[in-house]
Amino acid sequence: MSADPGATGPTLGRDEVAHLARLARLAVTEDELDLFARQLDSIIEWVAKVGEIAAADVPPTSHAVPLQNVFRPDELRPGLTQEQALAGAPASQDGRFRVPRILGEEQ
Amino acid sequence: MTSELIRKTAAELAELIHSKQVSAVEVAQAHLDRIAEVDGTIHAFLHVAADEALKSAALVDEALAAGSEPASPLAGVPLALKDVFTTIDMPTTAGSKILEGWRPPYDATVTKKLRAAGITILGKTNMDEFAMGSSTEYSAYGPTRNPWDLDRVPGGSGGGSAAALAAFEAPLAIGTDTGGSIRQPAAFTGTVGVKPTYGGVSRYGLIACASSLDQGGPCARTVLDAALLHEVIGGHDPLDSTSIDQPVPAVVDAVRQGASGDLSGVRVGVVRELTGEGYQAGVQAAFDAAVQQLEKLGADVVEVSCPTFPTGIAAYYLILPSEVSSNLARFDAMRYGLRVDQGSSAEEVMAATRESGFGPEVKRRIMLGTYALSAGYYDAYYGQAQKVRTLIARDFAAAFEQADVLVSPTAPTTAFPLGDKLDDPLSMYLNDLATIPTNLAGTAALSVPCGLADGLPTGLQVMAPAMGEAVMYRVAAAYEAARGPAPTPEVTA
Repeated sequence: MSADPGATGPTLGRDEVAHLARLARLAVTEDELDLFARQLDSIIEWVAKVGEIAAADVPPTSHAVPLQNVFRPDELRPGLTQEQALAGAPASQDGRFRVPRILGEEQ
Repeated sequence: MTSELIRKTAAELAELIHSKQVSAVEVAQAHLDRIAEVDGTIHAFLHVAADEALKSAALVDEALAAGSEPASPLAGVPLALKDVFTTIDMPTTAGSKILEGWRPPYDATVTKKLRAAGITILGKTNMDEFAMGSSTEYSAYGPTRNPWDLDRVPGGSGGGSAAALAAFEAPLAIGTDTGGSIRQPAAFTGTVGVKPTYGGVSRYGLIACASSLDQGGPCARTVLDAALLHEVIGGHDPLDSTSIDQPVPAVVDAVRQGASGDLSGVRVGVVRELTGEGYQAGVQAAFDAAVQQLEKLGADVVEVSCPTFPTGIAAYYLILPSEVSSNLARFDAMRYGLRVDQGSSAEEVMAATRESGFGPEVKRRIMLGTYALSAGYYDAYYGQAQKVRTLIARDFAAAFEQADVLVSPTAPTTAFPLGDKLDDPLSMYLNDLATIPTNLAGTAALSVPCGLADGLPTGLQVMAPAMGEAVMYRVAAAYEAARGPAPTPEVTA
């Protein structure tokens, strides 16, 4: 992406949106590219105002509640049966999820 | 009889059922009849589970007839469950086409607790897709209408749960609040909605929107009913590692204390940044009157300043989409939900499925999050938003030095017309400005009806520190008692 948050003009154009859609595994249509470019550009311009807050020395918060690692005893407990786990699958075979090809032709 | 039963509070219904003056089955049937009568118009429900509801109510009646104590103070009382909690015996869609027809293989902890309490689950309520939205118009199954004015939205994302309460289709409901999705619909429909402290109610089986912000909570028509439900669903859950390992705050006792009407010694802080400009005149007037009422009840009213709050909404719309883009990656067309068999590779099938299964707002937020987290932008956007989040928590901490609770209008306007903000995502986002700081800080807040503005309900927001629900409920109950019965809408089929 060539966009620069400080530059003038649209931060996010059609090509950038197409790139984001690819990263996010969304097969967006040509019409959507125009719509989303316009909408996302105005949203990003607006949320960029987080940059106006002086916060150089402020630690980031990822989670509101301070938590240590939470562990449970390493004991067997009931889980889903194979049948339950596969019940909602779009396709299954021999007790497993059946999925489309995951590697390219040449791999 | 139906029209009498559906207008009663959950506490009243529980008393009638437990003293065997009315059966739980009759109460369930009265609400199912009401749903059949008005829900074609309101569209609060995505799924009505009539048979399961009557069966569950019959079990409560049988146990009572056999001389058992009620399983909980709300045993036999009907409830509407937001369609974002998994239910083993009902479809769960989160308002999305990508989960159409999906039957979860397990119950959410909240669902389990409701069942164990003998609460009758009437069905699943409509919502913005994956809880992203402030109007319920982003539901893939069509909008819910506001019982006060059928041409207006009920708020969102939990518009279905709030509308079900306002239209007397259920006396209790469950919502989830990521940036105001319980409180803003409560304000728009003249009902009570509570966002508990983050970690106060288990998120196990709650389909994730933004995990660091999502919180399930109770919705009702009175503060007492919300408190009774809060005590049923709250508490530590080993299946949610972020749930707080402490007892549920004694909110029912706090409501009873508050209902006596004395708030002497309670310090109420009016947040300067959440009033004035940007707030509809009638909303501001209703809020000012509510603050005067609190003062009359003996509260010490002070003004507090939270200077970072106005930037909260910008931080929120970076943090939330970032978490969304990651959470919704699980909808990959492989293990459950929709699969669109287009293309030959897994990646192509995934992209085609997500394109077809997600609505426009979900796509916008996924791409926004993908952008905010991408290399080169991370520090300027997501990183900076996390720092703003820290400053908002500090604003709250400083304000809670001066006040026990903070108050503001819940939403800047009353319910807006259907379609008004649908093509302008940014104006939709701005509706959440007063509710978002609480989610970013992980604190607690509720909305209680505080009079009408131009014929439509408004909400008084009461905010409390983390695990400070008791004082929040106390203040709301005192205000509710002094205010008198809230007006209700006329809904006919």
